[in-house]
Amino acid sequence: MLRIYCPYCQEAREEVEFHYAGQAHIVRPLDPEACSDEAWGRYLYFRKNTAGREAEMWVHGAGCRKFFNVLRNTVSYEIERTYPMGEHPEDSTGERPEVDGGGA
Amino acid sequence: MRAKKQAFSGFNLFLQGLTHHENWQRHWRNPEPKRHYDVIVIGGGGHGLATAYYLARVHGLKNVAVLEKGYLGGGNTGRNTTIVRSNYLWDATAHLYEHALKLWEGLSQELNYNVMFSQRGVLNLGHTLQDMRDIERRISANRLNGIDGEVLDADGVKRIVPIINTSRSARYPILGASWQPRGGVARHDAVAWGYARGADALGVDLLQNCAVTGFDMANGRVTGVQTDRYGSIGCDRVGSVVAGHSSVIAHHAGFELPLTSHPLQAFVSEPIKPVLHTVVMSNQVHGYISQSDKGDLVIGAGIDGYAGYGQRGSYPVIEHAVAAILELFPTFSRVPMNRQWAGIVDTTPDACPLMGPSEVPNLFFNCGWGTGGFKATPGSGHVFAACLANDDVHPLAKPFAIERFHTGALVDEHGAAGVAH
Repeated sequence: MLRIYCPYCQEAREEVEFHYAGQAHIVRPLDPEACSDEAWGRYLYFRKNTAGREAEMWVHGAGCRKFFNVLRNTVSYEIERTYPMGEHPEDSTGERPEVDGGGA
Repeated sequence: MRAKKQAFSGFNLFLQGLTHHENWQRHWRNPEPKRHYDVIVIGGGGHGLATAYYLARVHGLKNVAVLEKGYLGGGNTGRNTTIVRSNYLWDATAHLYEHALKLWEGLSQELNYNVMFSQRGVLNLGHTLQDMRDIERRISANRLNGIDGEVLDADGVKRIVPIINTSRSARYPILGASWQPRGGVARHDAVAWGYARGADALGVDLLQNCAVTGFDMANGRVTGVQTDRYGSIGCDRVGSVVAGHSSVIAHHAGFELPLTSHPLQAFVSEPIKPVLHTVVMSNQVHGYISQSDKGDLVIGAGIDGYAGYGQRGSYPVIEHAVAAILELFPTFSRVPMNRQWAGIVDTTPDACPLMGPSEVPNLFFNCGWGTGGFKATPGSGHVFAACLANDDVHPLAKPFAIERFHTGALVDEHGAAGVAH
């Protein structure tokens, strides 16, 4: 059972209160009408699906019902940290890991 | 060339009995790899071994290797609930799974290996009026595709499975079911071993404990694979058949797939006397159950809601599945559970497989079977072998090419069939 810290409720709660909402930081194409089928398909369906450290979106369905981001290891299930929407994770070197994939 | 395989026959059983069964051949060799293969199949599970077998058997490609990072059949092939059926709604899926079911029906003879395919029938329960409408639609579609199926009411279900709870006062009362008599179960390990033995006899090299760590590329084409155990091995074509780890293999070649990997759980009880002679599945309350020949109740749960590569699974999912099974079979409430495990399944957005060429030339993928791959094992291998041998897409695999995620022509089996995979 995961215990997940909701950055809005500011409390660690059990996983049954939450829903996984897929890979985080996928940028919606700015002009969908101008998108090729190739690019639109990639935006909609293609995912990193990393075995290891990945930034994910979760929603606190049985709590504040807000979406937020979780930096989690998909092999060990260790949660590195959670952070509100709009923020980007930064690793120890202060650089942004590659989490801006997909989209435009 | 290699010595011919001993046949499994009544005569040989008697003959080997005279020496206490100590002189049977090994099932397969443990060869050193060649420098170059025509085709390398990554993944030594049922699908990968079947692919290699049909490459050699049907297409005459014998310079083939199967690379397995662990041991043969140790992934999802050894972790599923062994259910086989073909009662899918849409033509594309129905044809594919029926192709597999027909191969299952002759598989033990074909391989000279008892895969214990037991056509004990599969019930897919309906608990709501909409379930029953969907079941009627699906069975009608099945019959138009030449697939056997019947719609049963609650009494019909009770006649087949007397111990099931058809009380109207249940929380989700059973209103009826679809019934596919040709469905059933098979012995999962035997499927992997049978294909491995068959492929080996035809000259395929099975290389175990050999993980793929990258690809050798030239001019944007795959020319070989890098492995942790044997270094680089050259090849003309690569077929990746690694289920939950398909995205990992794709990353080695530098692209993404429309997949998310989730743990899917199952558990078995201690062995008990025969009480359940068929397969019972319920999508509505979500649980499925059969009894193995050993006597243990084999119970399948759902996938974890979140992505994961840990082969264990989360507890709320077990609780959910147990609640569902006890709703159907209150009499099982005191049966102790013995073992629990999870396999990593690669789910696609439309819950249908992904088969054919990838965006990198010479690299082919057979993945995305999600939660229902075991039943397709022979068909998957047969069809994918044709893709690899002919450098083209098999007609049955056409609807399952990766292009569907760009054209939008998804095969929406997940929602429309209303059946657990």
